[in-house]
Amino acid sequence: MTGASPSAAPMLETQSLVKRFGGLAATDHVSLSVAAGELHALIGPNGAGKTTLIGQLSGELAPDSGRILFDGRDVTALGVDQRARRGLARSFQITSVFPSFSALDNVALAVQAHAGHSFRFWGDAARDRRLSDPARAVLARVGLAARADVPASALAHGEKRQLELAMALATGPKLLLLDEPMAGMGPEESARMVDLLAALKGSVTILLVEHDMDAVFALADRITVLVRGAALASGSPAAIRADAAVREAYLGEEGEAV
Amino acid sequence: MPPLTRSVLLPRVVLAGLLIAALALPSVAAWAGEPFYLRLGARILVFALAAVSLDLILGFGGMVSFGHAAFVGIGGYVVGILFAHQADGSTLFGWPGTTNGYIVWPLAMLAGGLAALPIGAISLRTSGVPFIMITLAFAQMLFYLMTGLKAYGGDDGIALWSRTSFPGGPNIADHATFYYVTLGLLVVALGLGWRLVNSRFGRVLRGAKDNERRMRALGYPVTRYKLTAFVIAGALAGLAGALLANATLFVGPQYLHWSRSGDLIVMVVLGGIGTLIGPVLGAAALLLLEEFVPEAMNLVQAGLGEHWKIVLGPILLALVLFARKGLWGLVTGGNRA
Repeated sequence: MTGASPSAAPMLETQSLVKRFGGLAATDHVSLSVAAGELHALIGPNGAGKTTLIGQLSGELAPDSGRILFDGRDVTALGVDQRARRGLARSFQITSVFPSFSALDNVALAVQAHAGHSFRFWGDAARDRRLSDPARAVLARVGLAARADVPASALAHGEKRQLELAMALATGPKLLLLDEPMAGMGPEESARMVDLLAALKGSVTILLVEHDMDAVFALADRITVLVRGAALASGSPAAIRADAAVREAYLGEEGEAV
Repeated sequence: MPPLTRSVLLPRVVLAGLLIAALALPSVAAWAGEPFYLRLGARILVFALAAVSLDLILGFGGMVSFGHAAFVGIGGYVVGILFAHQADGSTLFGWPGTTNGYIVWPLAMLAGGLAALPIGAISLRTSGVPFIMITLAFAQMLFYLMTGLKAYGGDDGIALWSRTSFPGGPNIADHATFYYVTLGLLVVALGLGWRLVNSRFGRVLRGAKDNERRMRALGYPVTRYKLTAFVIAGALAGLAGALLANATLFVGPQYLHWSRSGDLIVMVVLGGIGTLIGPVLGAAALLLLEEFVPEAMNLVQAGLGEHWKIVLGPILLALVLFARKGLWGLVTGGNRA
């Protein structure tokens, strides 16, 4: 795992990012900074623009203006796959795995993505231990070792979410962009995911978008609050909890969660 | 090594049986005094090769190309055009024509692959229905181009007087030899195809079929891999075209017609999409039905055979509804999964 060493330069930085859909500024001059090694949570009520922001960070959406710096380099113009190869791994809000592949092969495909080019036409990939050994190790790390040979389509919802995380981890990322990893999970599964993320914390930089406030305040080093497309506040969990503007604009609506 | 249950043993037995039957066909045809069966067999093998090449991109890459016959036709035209130049002693771009197979067949593959490069590069900017329509449009463009190419027969195509020659090699003017050469090439193509779909490259292809967005998020430049597969399939189809020209001693625009592309898709679906060996069965099934169903229908009432696709339709429908992996799925039991 890389990116563990804390340094002055942020791992991810957005500079005055703007994305408009018609008259609506879904991302309104957002300047965000995620320090190397930290777990940074992004919260905000529905419609705050979290999904739009993640789209721009991952490269699926092009911002109208502003810049995105990743690991010290401007990646604003790079495509999804180029950013991924530089170490930006993501998970999806709606589970996105390879249904016809086994759990192991899902992760092996992620390993392969970062093991040089794949213009290799001859060797049997299924018997390639350079792919399957690291894949098994990552599966074990997320607690899916016993489910390695099960087709992804046959996994339970919570297991698919774990697999999703395993795939992102297997690419050896500098930054994990986790889009609501607890979405649709029961309390037990959520608790397991929180434990997993807590164990990961520190070994890789994480930007966590999550609705589960208990999880966010338990895990985050810093929190950024997004409201109506703009970054309203950014700071430690304690500071965010105490922030009057945040309380008024956001926590007021879901105040019972804090 | 998995235990030899029905689902492991039966496919092997069927494969071995098919291979033995294919190897024995020339002797059986000779013994029965029916050279027609030999020609039909060669035709099946040629279309099987084309269908296998389509399965590489359709079955494993999820690219529903509705213009695959164009690459078959291009391969055929390479044989036909070089033959025509040799026949009248004229030159093409300063080069004489030739029927030398060591030159012509690789050129047919090269032409198929080179044609697939720009067509794939443009078509792969889309996916789904637009991809189907664009590949169809490109193929029809080439069809009309060949129709208008008066120098090479236009509508009428090019009739060949002789097959490609392999100096010092097999004499494919002999029907049985041509049959065995075609069978050998098909087996080699199946073997290479099997390696390919199980390689790292093949995994990327299958991953892109399953979930392209996820592949990009993992860091794969997906289009590059899909285009490579498209070009490989085009080259293989070009070889099938060279064989087809030799099998029929003719090339014409109809080889590129969209209905031929449709036939290839039917062969793949009928035999089993994404199975490589399935399309071989599909090619055999479709061509045998095409040969014998009209004949049988004509026995019932003269002229009825024209409408033989009335029989084909329900068969296809039944397979699509009840056997997702086609004929080969019936053998492996893959349809139940």
